Amino acid sequence: MTEVELAIIGAGPAGMAAAVLADELGLDTVLIDEQGAPGGQIYRAIERVAPDTPLGADYLAGRPLAAALRASRVDYRPNTVLWHADPEGVLFLATAGRTATLTARRILLATGALERPVPIPGWTLPGVMTAGAAQSVLKSSGLVPEGRVVLAGQGPLLYLVVAQLARAGAPPAALFETAPLENYLAAARPVAGLWAGRRRLLEGLGLIAAVKRAGVPIRRGMRGLRAVGRRRLERVAWEGGELAADYLLLHEGVIPNVQIGLALQLRHEWDEAQLCWRPAVDAWGQTSLPNIAVAGDGGGISGAGAAVLTGRLAALDAALWLGRIAAAERDRRAAPIRAALDRERAFRPALDRLCRPARPVMVPAEDDVIACRCEEVPVGTVRRAARLGAQGPNQIKAFTRCGMGPCQGRICGPVVAAIIADTLGKPIAEIGTWRPRAPFAPITLGALADLEAADFAPQVDS
Amino acid sequence: MFRPRPEGPGAAVAVSIEGRTVTVPVGTSAAAAVLAAGFDSIRETPVEGCERGPYCMMGVCFDCLAEIDGAANQRSCMIEVQPGMRISRQIRARTIDPEAG
Repeated sequence: MTEVELAIIGAGPAGMAAAVLADELGLDTVLIDEQGAPGGQIYRAIERVAPDTPLGADYLAGRPLAAALRASRVDYRPNTVLWHADPEGVLFLATAGRTATLTARRILLATGALERPVPIPGWTLPGVMTAGAAQSVLKSSGLVPEGRVVLAGQGPLLYLVVAQLARAGAPPAALFETAPLENYLAAARPVAGLWAGRRRLLEGLGLIAAVKRAGVPIRRGMRGLRAVGRRRLERVAWEGGELAADYLLLHEGVIPNVQIGLALQLRHEWDEAQLCWRPAVDAWGQTSLPNIAVAGDGGGISGAGAAVLTGRLAALDAALWLGRIAAAERDRRAAPIRAALDRERAFRPALDRLCRPARPVMVPAEDDVIACRCEEVPVGTVRRAARLGAQGPNQIKAFTRCGMGPCQGRICGPVVAAIIADTLGKPIAEIGTWRPRAPFAPITLGALADLEAADFAPQVDS
Repeated sequence: MFRPRPEGPGAAVAVSIEGRTVTVPVGTSAAAAVLAAGFDSIRETPVEGCERGPYCMMGVCFDCLAEIDGAANQRSCMIEVQPGMRISRQIRARTIDPEAG
């Protein structure tokens, strides 16, 4: 079995930055990623970016990262799925139906974020997608949605996608903002962070101005959003009105992608400011297991700029852990990175308050809204199971099949936990989360059978 | 449907979607190609037989499952189009043909 010093999972900003620095520090590094090219979600298709890209300057920041990765000695493995990892560091990979194993002395999870599920009535209709989904399509292939496009929700990405679609020649018909008015008041409270985080604040204000310049109408304080249609989306309705629409692009912020960390049983904490689970880590990204660290948004949402920095900190710590550098050198090299990280994160508390999802986003009011898209389980079924005595997500799974479909609870997890918490009158932190298991992504029996017998041999210390 | 942005790279890869030939830009995912071909839905769900389209486009939600070059249950948003690729909608649960081996 191949043995490496450091295996990094995910080639987004954190993974790319960590891999490049780890290579510089002389670590034998492998970088595993599901996509065909480096960049992650934020810098998707960055190597093919057109000179006249409508995606903007922030997107182009990913280009030097990808170039540095290509110039390094990192063993970069695209189109590769990690479907099982054991806590001792044995990784099971699948590439184009073939299986391979790898032993890593240290693992860095840089699995990024995913968009928070937005379980409104009709969210399973064709024509309803996430705002990030439309952005991904624009990044990979320059395709844009045609017809009357409505974006709804809140958060910086929502405004960014509206501005990008407008620049790409497809201005949306409307932007519906769902942030409650009290969020604006709460966000304005800590004036301290605003100055240190002024760059991010100005970026946000610039986005709002760009949306207005594009002539896209903004409606604030929208409540009771519904996607309506028979076989596909036909219109978007809200408390007090409706609008014919071909596409509804939803976005209520992003949450860490914790699937692999949960499967590895890393200790996780409920983040009440960001309303999500994240792995418990120290200032270097070190998790509750000695050989596993986390970097980037997978460890808590701070954005791509911070992800690069936490990736570098994790690489420095890995070099210390693997005996390449002394603690003094790690700390010396980390000091400027930490200063930059403080600046990146300064505006985050205000942003978290501004972008805190409204209660109906977390817990749908209507019993007939689909909670689990894969197994097609409505909210009411989850509520009934909770009343019957299912105390947490893992019991709900057995009662209702929620989380047993192909997405393995990645989408319905937050929804189901919030419904149970609401039904039982307990905090979500007490309700807990799924315990996902391998395979992390579906693999065929053929891929499994491809494993060589030697890969199963128990590791015996000689 | 989805269309190339006016100043974009233009369509260059010919694929077959439900037997119809469609040309899409390089780098397009199979899921986006289905949308570019004018289809709203990409699959019918196993439980209720409902129409579904791609939702997350990043390999998380599994709502874009499709049959690609004869292999069922593929996350079509994670697979880039190749010339001549055959993409079909996934109707309900995957069936296994015992004769196919």
